[in-house]
Amino acid sequence: MLQFIEYSIIGIASGSIYVLAALGFVIIFKSSSVFNFAMGEMMMFGAYLFFMTDQQLGFGWIAGLVAAFAGSALLALAIERGLLRHLLGRPAVVLVMVTLGVGSIIRGVAALIWGPNVLQLSEILPRKPIFVGELLIPGKLAWGFVGVSVIAAGFVAYYRFSRAGLAIRATSSDQITAEGLGINIRGVFSLTWILAGVLAAASGIIAGSVNGVTPQLGLVAFNVLAVVMLAGMTSVGGACFAGLLIGWMETLVGAYLGAAWQNFLPYLVVLLVMVVKPTGLFGENRIERI
Amino acid sequence: MASASTTLPAPARIGLRISPRVQLGLWLVLGLGLVFFPAFAGVYFVYMASLIAINIIATVGLNITVGYAGLLSIGHSAFLGVGAYVSGLMWLHLGTPLLVNVVGGALAAFAVGLVFGIPALRIKGVYLAIATLAAQYSLYFVFQQWTSVTGGDRGLSLPQLNVFGMGETGFYYVVVAIMVALLVAARNLFRTRIGRAFIAVRERDYAAEVLGINVVRTKLLAFGLGAAFAGAAGALTAAFLRIVTPDQFTLLVSVFFLAAVVVGGRASILGSILGAIFMTLMPELLQHGLTAVSKGADLAGLIAPLREIIFGSLIIGFLLFEPRGLVGLVERAFGRSETFDSRPEG
Repeated sequence: MLQFIEYSIIGIASGSIYVLAALGFVIIFKSSSVFNFAMGEMMMFGAYLFFMTDQQLGFGWIAGLVAAFAGSALLALAIERGLLRHLLGRPAVVLVMVTLGVGSIIRGVAALIWGPNVLQLSEILPRKPIFVGELLIPGKLAWGFVGVSVIAAGFVAYYRFSRAGLAIRATSSDQITAEGLGINIRGVFSLTWILAGVLAAASGIIAGSVNGVTPQLGLVAFNVLAVVMLAGMTSVGGACFAGLLIGWMETLVGAYLGAAWQNFLPYLVVLLVMVVKPTGLFGENRIERI
Repeated sequence: MASASTTLPAPARIGLRISPRVQLGLWLVLGLGLVFFPAFAGVYFVYMASLIAINIIATVGLNITVGYAGLLSIGHSAFLGVGAYVSGLMWLHLGTPLLVNVVGGALAAFAVGLVFGIPALRIKGVYLAIATLAAQYSLYFVFQQWTSVTGGDRGLSLPQLNVFGMGETGFYYVVVAIMVALLVAARNLFRTRIGRAFIAVRERDYAAEVLGINVVRTKLLAFGLGAAFAGAAGALTAAFLRIVTPDQFTLLVSVFFLAAVVVGGRASILGSILGAIFMTLMPELLQHGLTAVSKGADLAGLIAPLREIIFGSLIIGFLLFEPRGLVGLVERAFGRSETFDSRPEG
């Protein structure tokens, strides 16, 4: 039983990594209905920017964080303004293909600059494990969870209470009406991509400081996809809950059934959600069945 | 995202007028060229030609799904894998002839495609893309983990194939014959009710439904057919390389075929051919170019990342600047400005 609780805590803590990326996914999808397959690569790129500024250029971890957030936000803005803006109104298939292409380019560029090996980020998260009674929680995961909670809470507060958050919500519920009411929906698209960029960099740095960074980090995005599907694509609160849930299930499955099944779980979740309840747990009923 | 397709004017196939007799002559020259090609070209060129022919089959399949029916599949290589493993296993355990293996691989890929397609195609939107991505990873997982059947990471080794006692050249003829048959089949498909239904569903699914087309069945068929072409191509790849491993069927390969479709031209058979040729030759040229530039320095590690960058850039570049792909460029060069009726607008 104690072991079960320990695995559960570890699982929920590691699930928190998915939460930020899933939030980035959801906010872009809500505002502009673009399904961003490059999310995982944006995470990876943020983590590499952090590594470069912090260790390769030697400016320290604070500058590293700033550079990663700024760089990732700029990258996201460039993708939106440079590519997707020109494709507004084109079929969804085309937009998705473009994000796939972007992901492929980022993966290639990262492998070209930083090579295929695993790089260790400097330890900004304390390694010292935390003891709660008899339970042992790995320090990095615990502090990562704290960091994610702070960022996610800040994001949700911004989304709920600020004028910009209101504009995003208005755009997501009806673009034309929102524009009619004087909301600059192009500005909203840019804003959501910038926010997604920052969220991606944050989750990439946390994921990277737990497991190290490789160009393959981008493929973590598949777990994020499972999170987003389970949450229902359009639900901000749902993404937080589903992220923790997937992390929890993944760790339990890994602990009791083996690592191979752990890797298999996200796909299973995706397919099950599609069969059983395509709107996800908390999604809006926007889905059209045929 | 509404596809803002306006009604296109009646397709004007003017521009380059070729009389039927000249056309027949051109086809004859092309056919003779394909038949006598191995007699003049070296082993390497026959090898490349076989590879291109296989890739053309797979690209046409993906184009049926993505281009004609407007369904995004990003797990195409997984279905090649299904075809490759099934045909390889048939060959090893049943000793069936190549043609039977190819058919078996295609049927298996069709069936597996339906498993992933059925949940996704009932819902509108990008769900098929997600389901195919799931297919990509879960089938890779199966290829890698089901060691007793697939041989795990080491894969399957197949015996040497000797067609008509001509070795590689014999295999070239088989591949080209299958390719021509499948190309003709694909071209004729879009003159039938079923093929037209694919296009109708892509353009306006509600209108198609009103006209009596069963949208779900049509989408499933389009997706399954794409997977079946991939399965046939996979079976041929297995016989061609004589080895089947999980690493031949990764996401990068799926992006390769997607790039081939976009570069060549969506919803165009000629486009699939051009795209597959271009994309197969591109990495080769890249490799030769790099060896020429490097002057002995070790740049082999650069090839994989460069390929990813180039695949991505080609997809984006063509989608932004020439959505009709190489076919569009060719037509523009010959002064045709009108689009064909079957061409997607996006």
